[in-house]
Amino acid sequence: MNTKNFNRITLTALLLVAVLFPFFADFYILCIGISVLIAALLGQSWNIMSGYAGQFSFGHAVFFGIGAYTSTTLYTMFGVSPWLGMIIGALVAALVGAAIGFLSFRYKLRDDYFALATLAFAEIFRILVNNTSALGGATGILIPYLVKPSEYQFASDKTYYWVILALVAFATVFIAVMSKSKTGLNLVAIKSNQEAAAALGVNVLKYKLIAISSSAFFAALAGTFYAQYYGFIDPSIVFASSISVEAIVPCIIGGSGTLYGPLLGALLIIPLQEICNSLFTSISGINMIIYGVLIVLFIMFCPDGIYGRMTKYISKRKGN
Amino acid sequence: MNMQFFQAFLDGTLMGGVYALAALGLSLIFGVMKITNFAHGAMMTVGMYAVYVVSTSLGISPYIALVFAAITLFALGYIIQHFLIDKISDAPTHNQLLLTLGVAYILENGLLAVFSPNYKTLNVDDFDGAIQLGAISISPEKLVAFAVVLIVTAVIYIVLYKTRIGKAIRACSQNKEGAKLMGIVIKKTNAVAFGIGALCTGIAGALLTPILSIYPTLGETFQLKCFVIAILGGMGNLWGALISGLIVGIVESLTGYIAGGSWSDLTVYAAFILILLVKPSGLFGRSNRREH
Repeated sequence: MNTKNFNRITLTALLLVAVLFPFFADFYILCIGISVLIAALLGQSWNIMSGYAGQFSFGHAVFFGIGAYTSTTLYTMFGVSPWLGMIIGALVAALVGAAIGFLSFRYKLRDDYFALATLAFAEIFRILVNNTSALGGATGILIPYLVKPSEYQFASDKTYYWVILALVAFATVFIAVMSKSKTGLNLVAIKSNQEAAAALGVNVLKYKLIAISSSAFFAALAGTFYAQYYGFIDPSIVFASSISVEAIVPCIIGGSGTLYGPLLGALLIIPLQEICNSLFTSISGINMIIYGVLIVLFIMFCPDGIYGRMTKYISKRKGN
Repeated sequence: MNMQFFQAFLDGTLMGGVYALAALGLSLIFGVMKITNFAHGAMMTVGMYAVYVVSTSLGISPYIALVFAAITLFALGYIIQHFLIDKISDAPTHNQLLLTLGVAYILENGLLAVFSPNYKTLNVDDFDGAIQLGAISISPEKLVAFAVVLIVTAVIYIVLYKTRIGKAIRACSQNKEGAKLMGIVIKKTNAVAFGIGALCTGIAGALLTPILSIYPTLGETFQLKCFVIAILGGMGNLWGALISGLIVGIVESLTGYIAGGSWSDLTVYAAFILILLVKPSGLFGRSNRREH
């Protein structure tokens, strides 16, 4: 059996398992499954701009928050269905992403300065929303639960699961197509050597903007899903730095700049977090300590991530 | 002149001094290691809790406990550099950033696990009330903090310019290869520099403890401020950091006075992005005249 066929069969099998998962899981396990998929979507979003294009964002919460707040305010104030709100939110986030990107890249911010700028933008949005009473201010917004599928509200968590699974699949297919396309190749070229890419005629600014906008788009989809699933948002939740970290960690663990790395990363980290939370219920912050420890360990000993390391190993063996 | 305005100006200057010390540490770390320390705020919070714990358990003045915090933070900084960052000194910059971010999460949430998210307030009985100068009132805690900042800065100046290790640190920040050729042990110098940087932020945290109620994520707010100040002053430029610290303190306090407290952070961050975009080398340019 050749590798291509083998890959195709494995992938189909895994997808089948993922789709049928809710029928075998109890309520608690299903909730964890949903958390895994939210982290996977955030991870894939971060993967586009930071993994593939090499532009490190430490403030991905800004896009997540914009998604959550756009769809939620449109729904609670104007009665716009969150399905439509989700798309509007994602487009708004993409625009904001483009604006942040245009400012930052036009002025050629380096690695750490760009990371700082994204952090500051997230903080600015958090403070702005916190001080805007029309958006609920610091108290946040409670979404009335009417159980209408046409308004992105479902009676069963199973349906929520399939919705977020579809979003993750969408993001993954997007990355798969993009990475094979001219855009994807240009992004990787920019990541490995920006000057060389520019010298070869790659429009660096344009491709970086494509990366940040599409990345923002998917983070916002995750934001809307979060709002609809939990039914409540406030600035200190959706613009929190913990959201930004949740976007980074799956990529680091699984392997940033790889197609399946963030999925694998999310699948490992969230259950681990849940296990530790249930083992140490009395200790707050244990889940974030684990994030910290894993970041440190992986950066030091396995910077390519698990999936990255695996593929490197396989291709090396093939070479021999 | 409007007395309230002057009051805000004075408060801003005193707080600015404390920010300046923390940012000085950040700038020093950047100058030598060329990395932005995303654990700076968390290390500051460690300094705060060190003072709180020592001061309450031994029943001593926080200003004596400060010495303990300084030593703890120096050791912490030394360890982080020696055992973690140094091991990946050849890795791409973003990996080093992520490493410090990981360290920040461990420290911050370690404090959360140990001390719970509740606010802790240190009761200081070293002073009896604010000092009144006409319509102006000066908080003695802030005044002492400012004085300590001046002393610590002077000591750091002497260490950097008059001692062997200080000269080694400055040599490393100018030219690592050259320093190596002159027989300077880079690994140790880096660890000491990181230790001093951590010590600065630790002392700044210690000085804030009698002024504020502390909680495990408090450092985050100050961390972003440190970034603002260090970049405004020019990353790696220690004098720039001191002056910008005062500027940021004053701007923040005056915005708070004019537009209300919640807008002061916003102004500082917005100014930050503006500086990042327009003049990332800082107010005082890239060159550091004192280095020649």
